[in-house]
Amino acid sequence: MTSKKNIKPVLELKNLKKSFGDNHVLKGFNLKLFEGENLVIMGKSGSGKSVMVKCLVGLIQPDSGSIRIKDQDIITMGQTELDLLRTEIGFLFQGSALYDSMTVRENLEFPLRRHKDKIENFQSTEFSVKEALENVGLAHTIDLMPAELSGGMQRRVAMARALILKPKIIMYDEPTTGLDPITAKEIIQLMRTIQKKYNTSSLIITHDVDCARVISNRMILLVDGINYAEGTFEELSNSKDEQVQAFFKS
Amino acid sequence: MNNENAILSNTKSFFAEIGDMTFFAGRFFREVFSPPFEFKELVRQCYNMGNRSLLLVSVTGFILGLVFTLQSRPTLMQFGAQSWMASMVSLSIVREIGPVIIALICAGRIGSGIGAELGSMRVTEQIDAMEVSGTNPFKYLVVTRVVATTLMLPLLIIMGDAIALLGSAIVENLKGDVSFLLYFNQVFDALQFSDLLPATVKSVFFGFAIGLVGCYKGYNCAKGTVGVGEASNSAVVYISMLLFIIDFIAVFVTDIFFDI
Repeated sequence: MTSKKNIKPVLELKNLKKSFGDNHVLKGFNLKLFEGENLVIMGKSGSGKSVMVKCLVGLIQPDSGSIRIKDQDIITMGQTELDLLRTEIGFLFQGSALYDSMTVRENLEFPLRRHKDKIENFQSTEFSVKEALENVGLAHTIDLMPAELSGGMQRRVAMARALILKPKIIMYDEPTTGLDPITAKEIIQLMRTIQKKYNTSSLIITHDVDCARVISNRMILLVDGINYAEGTFEELSNSKDEQVQAFFKS
Repeated sequence: MNNENAILSNTKSFFAEIGDMTFFAGRFFREVFSPPFEFKELVRQCYNMGNRSLLLVSVTGFILGLVFTLQSRPTLMQFGAQSWMASMVSLSIVREIGPVIIALICAGRIGSGIGAELGSMRVTEQIDAMEVSGTNPFKYLVVTRVVATTLMLPLLIIMGDAIALLGSAIVENLKGDVSFLLYFNQVFDALQFSDLLPATVKSVFFGFAIGLVGCYKGYNCAKGTVGVGEASNSAVVYISMLLFIIDFIAVFVTDIFFDI
Protein backbone atom coordinates (compact mmCIF):
# COMPACT_ATOMS: atom_id res chain seq x y z
CA MET A 1 0.00 0.00 0.00
CA THR A 2 2.84 2.35 0.83
CA SER A 3 4.02 2.29 -2.79
CA LYS A 4 0.69 3.83 -3.86
CA LYS A 5 0.97 6.87 -1.59
CA ASN A 6 2.58 9.00 -4.30
CA ILE A 7 0.47 7.70 -7.18
CA LYS A 8 -2.55 9.75 -8.18
CA PRO A 9 -5.76 7.76 -7.89
CA VAL A 10 -8.10 7.53 -10.90
CA LEU A 11 -11.02 7.88 -8.52
CA GLU A 12 -11.07 9.57 -5.16
CA LEU A 13 -13.91 10.01 -2.74
CA LYS A 14 -13.52 12.20 0.35
CA ASN A 15 -15.81 12.41 3.35
CA LEU A 16 -18.93 11.47 1.40
CA LYS A 17 -22.19 11.98 3.28
CA LYS A 18 -25.69 11.11 2.17
CA SER A 19 -28.96 10.96 4.13
CA PHE A 20 -32.51 10.11 3.15
CA GLY A 21 -34.59 11.98 5.72
CA ASP A 22 -33.48 10.72 9.13
CA ASN A 23 -31.70 7.75 7.61
CA HIS A 24 -28.00 8.66 7.48
CA VAL A 25 -26.65 6.18 4.93
CA LEU A 26 -23.14 7.51 4.32
CA LYS A 27 -21.46 9.31 7.21
CA GLY A 28 -18.11 10.33 5.76
CA PHE A 29 -16.97 7.56 3.45
CA ASN A 30 -13.50 7.74 1.86
CA LEU A 31 -12.09 5.78 -1.03
CA LYS A 32 -9.18 5.81 -3.48
CA LEU A 33 -9.04 3.63 -6.59
CA PHE A 34 -5.73 3.34 -8.41
CA GLU A 35 -5.02 2.48 -12.04
CA GLY A 36 -5.31 -1.22 -12.85
CA GLU A 37 -6.56 -2.03 -9.36
CA ASN A 38 -9.53 -4.20 -8.35
CA LEU A 39 -11.03 -2.64 -5.23
CA VAL A 40 -13.83 -4.55 -3.49
CA ILE A 41 -16.33 -2.79 -1.23
CA MET A 42 -18.11 -5.15 1.12
CA GLY A 43 -20.94 -4.37 3.46
CA LYS A 44 -24.23 -5.70 4.74
CA SER A 45 -27.45 -5.20 2.78
CA GLY A 46 -28.65 -1.63 3.31
CA SER A 47 -25.21 -0.42 4.40
CA GLY A 48 -25.12 2.15 1.58
CA LYS A 49 -22.88 0.40 -0.97
CA SER A 50 -25.24 0.95 -3.89
CA VAL A 51 -25.96 4.54 -2.78
CA MET A 52 -22.22 5.21 -2.71
CA VAL A 53 -21.61 3.79 -6.18
CA LYS A 54 -24.59 5.73 -7.57
CA CYS A 55 -23.13 8.92 -6.08
CA LEU A 56 -19.91 8.11 -7.94
CA VAL A 57 -21.60 8.18 -11.35
CA GLY A 58 -23.82 11.15 -10.56
CA LEU A 59 -27.10 9.22 -10.30
CA ILE A 60 -27.52 10.41 -6.71
CA GLN A 61 -26.39 13.79 -5.46
CA PRO A 62 -24.45 13.48 -2.18
CA ASP A 63 -25.17 15.87 0.71
CA SER A 64 -21.49 16.73 1.14
CA GLY A 65 -18.00 15.51 0.36
CA SER A 66 -16.02 15.40 -2.85
CA ILE A 67 -15.87 12.92 -5.73
CA ARG A 68 -12.99 13.21 -8.17
CA ILE A 69 -12.75 10.96 -11.20
CA LYS A 70 -9.66 11.34 -13.41
CA ASP A 71 -8.93 14.58 -11.56
CA GLN A 72 -12.35 16.10 -12.29
CA ASP A 73 -14.86 16.98 -9.59
CA ILE A 74 -18.12 15.38 -10.70
CA ILE A 75 -20.32 17.16 -8.14
CA THR A 76 -19.73 20.63 -9.58
CA MET A 77 -19.56 19.42 -13.18
CA GLY A 78 -22.11 20.46 -15.85
CA GLN A 79 -24.34 17.86 -17.51
CA THR A 80 -22.45 17.82 -20.81
CA GLU A 81 -19.08 17.32 -19.10
CA LEU A 82 -20.60 14.66 -16.85
CA ASP A 83 -22.00 12.79 -19.86
CA LEU A 84 -18.56 12.86 -21.48
CA LEU A 85 -16.87 11.65 -18.31
CA ARG A 86 -19.42 8.85 -17.99
CA THR A 87 -18.14 7.40 -21.24
CA GLU A 88 -14.90 6.66 -19.35
CA ILE A 89 -16.83 4.64 -16.80
CA GLY A 90 -18.53 1.31 -17.35
CA PHE A 91 -21.30 0.37 -14.94
CA LEU A 92 -22.72 -3.10 -14.41
CA PHE A 93 -26.07 -2.91 -12.64
CA GLN A 94 -27.22 -5.45 -10.08
CA GLY A 95 -30.16 -6.61 -12.23
CA SER A 96 -28.26 -6.17 -15.55
CA ALA A 97 -30.66 -3.34 -16.57
CA LEU A 98 -30.78 -4.36 -20.22
CA TYR A 99 -33.30 -2.36 -22.27
CA ASP A 100 -36.01 -4.96 -22.64
CA SER A 101 -37.66 -3.40 -25.69
CA MET A 102 -34.40 -3.63 -27.65
CA THR A 103 -32.42 -6.55 -29.06
CA VAL A 104 -28.95 -7.37 -27.74
CA ARG A 105 -27.49 -5.54 -30.76
CA GLU A 106 -29.56 -2.40 -30.05
CA ASN A 107 -28.64 -2.57 -26.36
CA LEU A 108 -24.96 -2.47 -27.28
CA GLU A 109 -25.41 0.15 -29.98
CA PHE A 110 -27.19 2.48 -27.57
CA PRO A 111 -24.09 3.94 -25.79
CA LEU A 112 -22.37 4.32 -29.21
CA ARG A 113 -25.12 6.55 -30.63
CA ARG A 114 -23.68 9.72 -29.16
CA HIS A 115 -20.12 8.77 -28.31
CA LYS A 116 -18.53 6.93 -31.26
CA ASP A 117 -15.75 9.52 -31.28
CA LYS A 118 -14.63 8.36 -27.82
CA ILE A 119 -13.31 5.09 -29.25
CA GLU A 120 -9.84 5.25 -30.72
CA ASN A 121 -9.62 3.61 -34.16
CA PHE A 122 -13.41 3.29 -34.28
CA GLN A 123 -14.14 1.00 -37.22
CA SER A 124 -17.90 0.62 -37.29
CA THR A 125 -20.81 0.19 -34.90
CA GLU A 126 -21.27 -3.38 -36.15
CA PHE A 127 -17.59 -4.18 -35.50
CA SER A 128 -17.67 -2.71 -31.99
CA VAL A 129 -20.86 -4.57 -31.07
CA LYS A 130 -19.49 -7.90 -32.32
CA GLU A 131 -16.13 -7.35 -30.62
CA ALA A 132 -17.83 -6.57 -27.29
CA LEU A 133 -20.06 -9.64 -27.56
CA GLU A 134 -17.13 -11.87 -28.48
CA ASN A 135 -15.32 -10.64 -25.36
CA VAL A 136 -18.11 -12.12 -23.26
CA GLY A 137 -18.58 -15.21 -25.45
CA LEU A 138 -22.08 -14.33 -26.64
CA ALA A 139 -21.67 -13.34 -30.29
CA HIS A 140 -24.49 -15.71 -31.26
CA THR A 141 -27.07 -13.81 -29.19
CA ILE A 142 -26.76 -10.58 -31.18
CA ASP A 143 -30.32 -10.60 -32.52
CA LEU A 144 -32.05 -12.02 -29.46
CA MET A 145 -34.21 -10.08 -27.04
CA PRO A 146 -33.03 -9.85 -23.37
CA ALA A 147 -36.07 -11.90 -22.28
CA GLU A 148 -34.74 -14.80 -24.37
CA LEU A 149 -31.48 -14.93 -22.39
CA SER A 150 -30.75 -16.64 -19.08
CA GLY A 151 -29.79 -14.56 -16.01
CA GLY A 152 -26.09 -15.29 -16.52
CA MET A 153 -26.23 -14.42 -20.21
CA GLN A 154 -28.03 -11.17 -19.42
CA ARG A 155 -25.28 -10.28 -16.95
CA ARG A 156 -22.63 -10.98 -19.61
CA VAL A 157 -24.46 -8.91 -22.22
CA ALA A 158 -24.68 -6.10 -19.65
CA MET A 159 -20.91 -6.43 -19.20
CA ALA A 160 -20.44 -6.20 -22.95
CA ARG A 161 -22.57 -3.04 -22.97
CA ALA A 162 -20.54 -1.58 -20.10
CA LEU A 163 -17.35 -2.30 -22.07
CA ILE A 164 -18.38 -1.06 -25.47
CA LEU A 165 -17.01 2.46 -24.99
CA LYS A 166 -13.70 0.99 -23.75
CA PRO A 167 -13.94 2.60 -20.30
CA LYS A 168 -10.94 3.01 -18.04
CA ILE A 169 -12.94 2.43 -14.86
CA ILE A 170 -15.61 -0.26 -14.41
CA MET A 171 -18.03 -0.35 -11.50
CA TYR A 172 -19.75 -3.61 -10.70
CA ASP A 173 -22.80 -3.46 -8.43
CA GLU A 174 -23.30 -6.95 -6.98
CA PRO A 175 -22.08 -8.73 -10.14
CA THR A 176 -22.82 -12.25 -8.91
CA THR A 177 -26.07 -11.68 -7.00
CA GLY A 178 -28.92 -13.95 -8.08
CA LEU A 179 -26.68 -16.28 -10.09
CA ASP A 180 -25.94 -19.95 -9.46
CA PRO A 181 -22.39 -20.70 -8.18
CA ILE A 182 -21.12 -21.94 -11.53
CA THR A 183 -22.38 -18.93 -13.48
CA ALA A 184 -21.11 -16.66 -10.70
CA LYS A 185 -17.62 -18.17 -11.14
CA GLU A 186 -17.84 -17.62 -14.90
CA ILE A 187 -18.73 -13.97 -14.33
CA ILE A 188 -15.84 -13.52 -11.89
CA GLN A 189 -13.48 -15.13 -14.40
CA LEU A 190 -14.80 -12.83 -17.11
CA MET A 191 -14.19 -9.80 -14.88
CA ARG A 192 -10.56 -10.88 -14.42
CA THR A 193 -10.10 -11.45 -18.15
CA ILE A 194 -11.51 -8.03 -18.98
CA GLN A 195 -9.33 -6.36 -16.37
CA LYS A 196 -6.21 -7.99 -17.82
CA LYS A 197 -7.14 -7.32 -21.45
CA TYR A 198 -8.05 -3.64 -21.09
CA ASN A 199 -6.07 -2.78 -17.92
CA THR A 200 -9.17 -1.28 -16.34
CA SER A 201 -9.55 -0.14 -12.75
CA SER A 202 -12.48 -1.91 -11.15
CA LEU A 203 -14.67 -1.02 -8.21
CA ILE A 204 -16.66 -4.05 -7.15
CA ILE A 205 -19.57 -3.84 -4.74
CA THR A 206 -20.36 -7.26 -3.39
CA HIS A 207 -21.11 -9.38 -0.36
CA ASP A 208 -19.93 -12.53 -2.11
CA VAL A 209 -16.78 -13.59 -0.21
CA ASP A 210 -15.68 -15.92 -3.03
CA CYS A 211 -15.89 -13.08 -5.52
CA ALA A 212 -13.88 -10.82 -3.20
CA ARG A 213 -11.23 -13.52 -2.62
CA VAL A 214 -10.68 -14.20 -6.31
CA ILE A 215 -10.77 -10.70 -7.70
CA SER A 216 -9.72 -8.18 -5.07
CA ASN A 217 -6.35 -6.46 -4.79
CA ARG A 218 -7.67 -4.46 -1.88
CA MET A 219 -10.90 -4.37 0.13
CA ILE A 220 -12.89 -1.85 2.15
CA LEU A 221 -15.56 -2.88 4.63
CA LEU A 222 -18.43 -0.40 4.74
CA VAL A 223 -20.18 -0.48 8.10
CA ASP A 224 -22.59 2.18 9.39
CA GLY A 225 -21.72 4.52 6.53
CA ILE A 226 -17.96 4.67 7.18
CA ASN A 227 -14.82 2.74 6.20
CA TYR A 228 -14.77 0.23 9.02
CA ALA A 229 -11.73 -1.74 7.85
CA GLU A 230 -9.37 -1.73 4.89
CA GLY A 231 -6.73 -4.11 3.59
CA THR A 232 -6.09 -7.11 1.38
CA PHE A 233 -8.39 -10.12 1.47
CA GLU A 234 -5.85 -12.05 3.57
CA GLU A 235 -5.42 -9.20 6.05
CA LEU A 236 -9.14 -8.79 6.58
CA SER A 237 -10.00 -12.48 6.62
CA ASN A 238 -7.38 -12.98 9.37
CA SER A 239 -8.59 -10.00 11.38
CA LYS A 240 -9.56 -10.60 15.00
CA ASP A 241 -12.29 -7.94 14.88
CA GLU A 242 -15.72 -9.52 15.37
CA GLN A 243 -17.53 -7.30 12.85
CA VAL A 244 -14.88 -8.01 10.21
CA GLN A 245 -14.99 -11.73 10.95
CA ALA A 246 -18.77 -11.74 10.56
CA PHE A 247 -18.33 -11.07 6.82
CA PHE A 248 -15.97 -13.98 6.29
CA LYS A 249 -17.68 -16.56 8.48
CA SER A 250 -21.00 -16.35 6.63
CA MET B 1 -57.99 15.94 14.18
CA ASN B 2 -56.43 12.94 12.42
CA ASN B 3 -58.84 13.34 9.52
CA GLU B 4 -58.00 17.03 9.27
CA ASN B 5 -54.29 16.21 9.23
CA ALA B 6 -54.82 13.59 6.55
CA ILE B 7 -56.80 16.03 4.39
CA LEU B 8 -54.14 18.72 4.91
CA SER B 9 -51.34 16.30 4.07
CA ASN B 10 -53.15 15.03 0.94
CA THR B 11 -53.83 18.58 -0.22
CA LYS B 12 -50.19 19.51 0.32
CA SER B 13 -48.91 16.49 -1.60
CA PHE B 14 -51.41 17.17 -4.40
CA PHE B 15 -50.12 20.72 -4.86
CA ALA B 16 -46.52 19.54 -4.49
CA GLU B 17 -47.17 17.10 -7.32
CA ILE B 18 -48.69 19.84 -9.47
CA GLY B 19 -45.52 21.87 -8.81
CA ASP B 20 -43.28 18.94 -9.74
CA MET B 21 -45.30 18.34 -12.89
CA THR B 22 -44.87 22.00 -13.85
CA PHE B 23 -41.09 21.70 -13.47
CA PHE B 24 -41.24 18.49 -15.52
CA ALA B 25 -43.14 20.36 -18.26
CA GLY B 26 -40.56 23.17 -18.06
CA ARG B 27 -37.76 20.67 -18.57
CA PHE B 28 -39.64 19.24 -21.55
CA PHE B 29 -39.79 22.67 -23.22
CA ARG B 30 -36.08 23.23 -22.54
CA GLU B 31 -35.08 19.86 -24.00
CA VAL B 32 -37.47 19.71 -26.95
CA PHE B 33 -35.76 22.52 -28.86
CA SER B 34 -32.15 21.64 -28.03
CA PRO B 35 -30.10 19.16 -30.11
CA PRO B 36 -29.43 16.28 -30.44
CA PHE B 37 -32.88 15.31 -31.72
CA GLU B 38 -34.08 11.73 -31.48
CA PHE B 39 -35.97 11.54 -34.80
CA LYS B 40 -35.78 7.76 -35.17
CA GLU B 41 -37.26 7.18 -31.73
CA LEU B 42 -39.91 9.86 -32.38
CA VAL B 43 -41.04 8.08 -35.56
CA ARG B 44 -41.11 4.75 -33.68
CA GLN B 45 -43.25 6.27 -30.94
CA CYS B 46 -45.61 7.91 -33.47
CA TYR B 47 -46.03 4.49 -35.08
CA ASN B 48 -46.60 2.78 -31.73
CA MET B 49 -49.12 5.31 -30.51
CA GLY B 50 -50.86 6.13 -33.77
CA ASN B 51 -50.95 2.90 -35.68
CA ARG B 52 -51.57 0.66 -32.70
CA SER B 53 -54.49 2.81 -31.49
CA LEU B 54 -56.21 2.83 -34.89
CA LEU B 55 -58.46 -0.16 -34.28
CA LEU B 56 -59.53 0.93 -30.81
CA VAL B 57 -60.27 4.48 -31.97
CA SER B 58 -62.09 3.23 -35.09
CA VAL B 59 -64.35 0.85 -33.16
CA THR B 60 -65.05 3.47 -30.48
CA GLY B 61 -65.81 6.15 -33.08
CA PHE B 62 -68.05 3.87 -35.12
CA ILE B 63 -70.11 2.75 -32.10
CA LEU B 64 -70.25 6.32 -30.81
CA GLY B 65 -71.80 7.59 -34.07
CA LEU B 66 -74.14 4.60 -34.31
CA VAL B 67 -75.44 4.81 -30.74
CA PHE B 68 -75.66 8.60 -30.68
CA THR B 69 -77.83 8.60 -33.83
CA LEU B 70 -80.00 5.71 -32.64
CA GLN B 71 -80.62 7.39 -29.28
CA SER B 72 -81.31 10.84 -30.73
CA ARG B 73 -83.61 9.69 -33.54
CA PRO B 74 -86.82 9.08 -31.53
CA THR B 75 -86.62 12.49 -29.83
CA LEU B 76 -86.01 14.35 -33.10
CA MET B 77 -88.86 12.40 -34.72
CA GLN B 78 -91.25 13.57 -31.99
CA PHE B 79 -90.65 17.14 -33.16
CA GLY B 80 -90.49 16.19 -36.84
CA ALA B 81 -86.90 17.37 -36.91
CA GLN B 82 -85.15 14.28 -38.26
CA SER B 83 -83.73 16.36 -41.12
CA TRP B 84 -81.57 18.10 -38.48
CA MET B 85 -79.95 14.79 -37.53
CA ALA B 86 -76.84 15.17 -39.71
CA SER B 87 -76.06 18.69 -38.53
CA MET B 88 -76.78 17.90 -34.86
CA VAL B 89 -74.66 14.74 -34.85
CA SER B 90 -71.78 16.29 -36.79
CA LEU B 91 -71.60 19.39 -34.60
CA SER B 92 -71.80 17.40 -31.37
CA ILE B 93 -69.21 14.86 -32.45
CA VAL B 94 -66.71 17.22 -34.06
CA ARG B 95 -66.93 19.94 -31.45
CA GLU B 96 -67.16 17.98 -28.23
CA ILE B 97 -68.01 14.30 -27.94
CA GLY B 98 -65.49 12.95 -30.45
CA PRO B 99 -62.40 14.70 -29.04
CA VAL B 100 -63.31 14.05 -25.39
CA ILE B 101 -64.29 10.37 -25.78
CA ILE B 102 -61.34 9.52 -28.02
CA ALA B 103 -58.94 11.40 -25.73
CA LEU B 104 -60.29 9.46 -22.75
CA ILE B 105 -59.86 6.19 -24.66
CA CYS B 106 -56.29 7.21 -25.51
CA ALA B 107 -55.66 8.17 -21.88
CA GLY B 108 -56.37 4.54 -21.00
CA ARG B 109 -54.56 3.06 -23.99
CA ILE B 110 -51.55 5.37 -24.36
CA GLY B 111 -51.25 7.25 -21.03
CA SER B 112 -51.32 4.15 -18.86
CA GLY B 113 -49.00 2.37 -21.31
CA ILE B 114 -46.41 5.13 -21.06
CA GLY B 115 -46.75 5.22 -17.25
CA ALA B 116 -46.25 1.47 -16.96
CA GLU B 117 -43.43 1.29 -19.52
CA LEU B 118 -41.35 4.12 -18.06
CA GLY B 119 -42.22 2.98 -14.53
CA SER B 120 -40.87 -0.51 -15.13
CA MET B 121 -37.80 0.97 -16.81
CA ARG B 122 -37.22 3.12 -13.71
CA VAL B 123 -37.69 0.19 -11.33
CA THR B 124 -35.35 -2.11 -13.28
CA GLU B 125 -32.71 0.65 -13.47
CA GLN B 126 -32.91 0.88 -17.27
CA ILE B 127 -33.28 4.68 -17.06
CA ASP B 128 -30.22 4.85 -14.78
CA ALA B 129 -28.34 2.67 -17.28
CA MET B 130 -29.15 5.15 -20.07
CA GLU B 131 -27.95 8.04 -17.93
CA VAL B 132 -24.72 6.25 -17.00
CA SER B 133 -23.99 5.53 -20.67
CA GLY B 134 -23.86 9.28 -21.29
CA THR B 135 -27.22 9.50 -23.07
CA ASN B 136 -29.94 11.88 -21.89
CA PRO B 137 -32.86 9.57 -20.97
CA PHE B 138 -35.26 12.51 -20.62
CA LYS B 139 -34.71 13.46 -24.24
CA TYR B 140 -34.83 9.89 -25.50
CA LEU B 141 -37.81 8.67 -23.46
CA VAL B 142 -39.88 11.68 -22.42
CA VAL B 143 -39.46 14.25 -25.20
CA THR B 144 -40.12 11.70 -27.96
CA ARG B 145 -43.25 10.33 -26.26
CA VAL B 146 -44.76 13.72 -25.46
CA VAL B 147 -44.14 14.99 -29.00
CA ALA B 148 -45.57 11.75 -30.44
CA THR B 149 -48.81 11.97 -28.45
CA THR B 150 -49.13 15.68 -29.27
CA LEU B 151 -48.80 14.91 -32.99
CA MET B 152 -50.81 11.70 -33.08
CA LEU B 153 -53.85 12.57 -30.97
CA PRO B 154 -55.30 15.21 -33.35
CA LEU B 155 -54.95 12.72 -36.22
CA LEU B 156 -56.62 9.95 -34.21
CA ILE B 157 -59.42 12.31 -33.21
CA ILE B 158 -60.03 13.48 -36.79
CA MET B 159 -60.12 9.87 -37.93
CA GLY B 160 -62.39 8.86 -35.01
CA ASP B 161 -64.77 11.74 -35.81
CA ALA B 162 -64.94 10.68 -39.47
CA ILE B 163 -65.71 7.08 -38.54
CA ALA B 164 -68.34 8.23 -36.01
CA LEU B 165 -70.04 10.21 -38.79
CA LEU B 166 -69.91 7.12 -41.01
CA GLY B 167 -71.62 5.11 -38.24
CA SER B 168 -74.28 7.79 -37.97
CA ALA B 169 -74.74 7.84 -41.77
CA ILE B 170 -75.28 4.06 -41.78
CA VAL B 171 -78.07 4.37 -39.17
CA GLU B 172 -79.70 7.21 -41.11
CA ASN B 173 -79.42 5.22 -44.33
CA LEU B 174 -81.00 2.10 -42.83
CA LYS B 175 -83.61 3.75 -40.61
CA GLY B 176 -84.45 6.95 -42.44
CA ASP B 177 -83.70 6.16 -46.07
CA VAL B 178 -81.21 9.04 -46.22
CA SER B 179 -78.55 8.46 -48.88
CA PHE B 180 -74.88 8.73 -47.91
CA LEU B 181 -74.43 11.58 -50.38
CA LEU B 182 -77.28 13.60 -48.88
CA TYR B 183 -76.15 12.83 -45.32
CA PHE B 184 -72.59 13.98 -45.91
CA ASN B 185 -73.77 17.04 -47.86
CA GLN B 186 -75.77 18.02 -44.78
CA VAL B 187 -72.74 17.31 -42.55
CA PHE B 188 -70.44 19.55 -44.59
CA ASP B 189 -73.10 22.26 -44.81
CA ALA B 190 -73.41 22.26 -41.01
CA LEU B 191 -69.70 22.24 -40.18
CA GLN B 192 -67.84 25.53 -40.20
CA PHE B 193 -64.16 26.41 -39.84
CA SER B 194 -65.01 27.66 -36.35
CA ASP B 195 -66.09 24.13 -35.42
CA LEU B 196 -63.01 22.34 -36.72
CA LEU B 197 -60.25 24.68 -35.62
CA PRO B 198 -60.99 24.84 -31.85
CA ALA B 199 -61.56 21.07 -31.75
CA THR B 200 -58.22 20.40 -33.45
CA VAL B 201 -56.36 22.87 -31.25
CA LYS B 202 -58.02 21.30 -28.20
CA SER B 203 -56.92 17.82 -29.29
CA VAL B 204 -53.31 19.01 -29.54
CA PHE B 205 -53.50 20.00 -25.86
CA PHE B 206 -55.19 16.68 -25.03
CA GLY B 207 -52.31 14.83 -26.68
CA PHE B 208 -49.74 16.92 -24.82
CA ALA B 209 -51.49 16.26 -21.49
CA ILE B 210 -51.64 12.49 -22.11
CA GLY B 211 -47.95 12.29 -23.01
CA LEU B 212 -46.72 14.62 -20.29
CA VAL B 213 -48.65 13.11 -17.37
CA GLY B 214 -47.98 9.52 -18.51
CA CYS B 215 -44.25 10.28 -18.75
CA TYR B 216 -44.18 12.20 -15.46
CA LYS B 217 -45.82 9.36 -13.56
CA GLY B 218 -43.62 6.68 -15.12
CA TYR B 219 -40.36 8.64 -14.96
CA ASN B 220 -40.85 9.40 -11.26
CA CYS B 221 -42.20 5.97 -10.38
CA ALA B 222 -41.61 4.68 -6.85
CA LYS B 223 -39.64 1.48 -6.34
CA GLY B 224 -41.22 -1.93 -6.80
CA THR B 225 -44.00 -3.46 -8.84
CA VAL B 226 -46.59 -1.64 -6.70
CA GLY B 227 -45.01 1.62 -7.85
CA VAL B 228 -45.41 0.63 -11.51
CA GLY B 229 -49.09 -0.21 -10.96
CA GLU B 230 -49.64 3.07 -9.15
CA ALA B 231 -47.82 5.04 -11.87
CA SER B 232 -50.01 3.52 -14.55
CA ASN B 233 -53.24 3.92 -12.57
CA SER B 234 -52.65 7.46 -11.35
CA ALA B 235 -51.55 8.50 -14.85
CA VAL B 236 -55.03 7.65 -16.16
CA VAL B 237 -56.75 9.39 -13.22
CA TYR B 238 -54.71 12.60 -13.58
CA ILE B 239 -55.01 12.63 -17.37
CA SER B 240 -58.81 12.16 -17.25
CA MET B 241 -59.15 15.01 -14.79
CA LEU B 242 -56.83 17.22 -16.83
CA LEU B 243 -58.72 16.46 -20.06
CA PHE B 244 -61.95 17.84 -18.60
CA ILE B 245 -60.16 20.93 -17.28
CA ILE B 246 -58.57 21.54 -20.70
CA ASP B 247 -61.95 20.95 -22.34
CA PHE B 248 -63.62 23.50 -20.08
CA ILE B 249 -60.91 26.08 -20.80
CA ALA B 250 -61.08 25.34 -24.54
CA VAL B 251 -64.87 25.80 -24.67
CA PHE B 252 -64.57 29.01 -22.66
CA VAL B 253 -61.89 30.43 -24.98
CA THR B 254 -63.76 29.27 -28.11
CA ASP B 255 -66.86 31.05 -26.85
CA ILE B 256 -64.89 34.29 -26.56
CA PHE B 257 -63.33 34.10 -30.04
CA PHE B 258 -66.01 32.35 -32.12
CA ASP B 259 -69.18 33.18 -30.20
CA ILE B 260 -70.51 29.58 -30.18
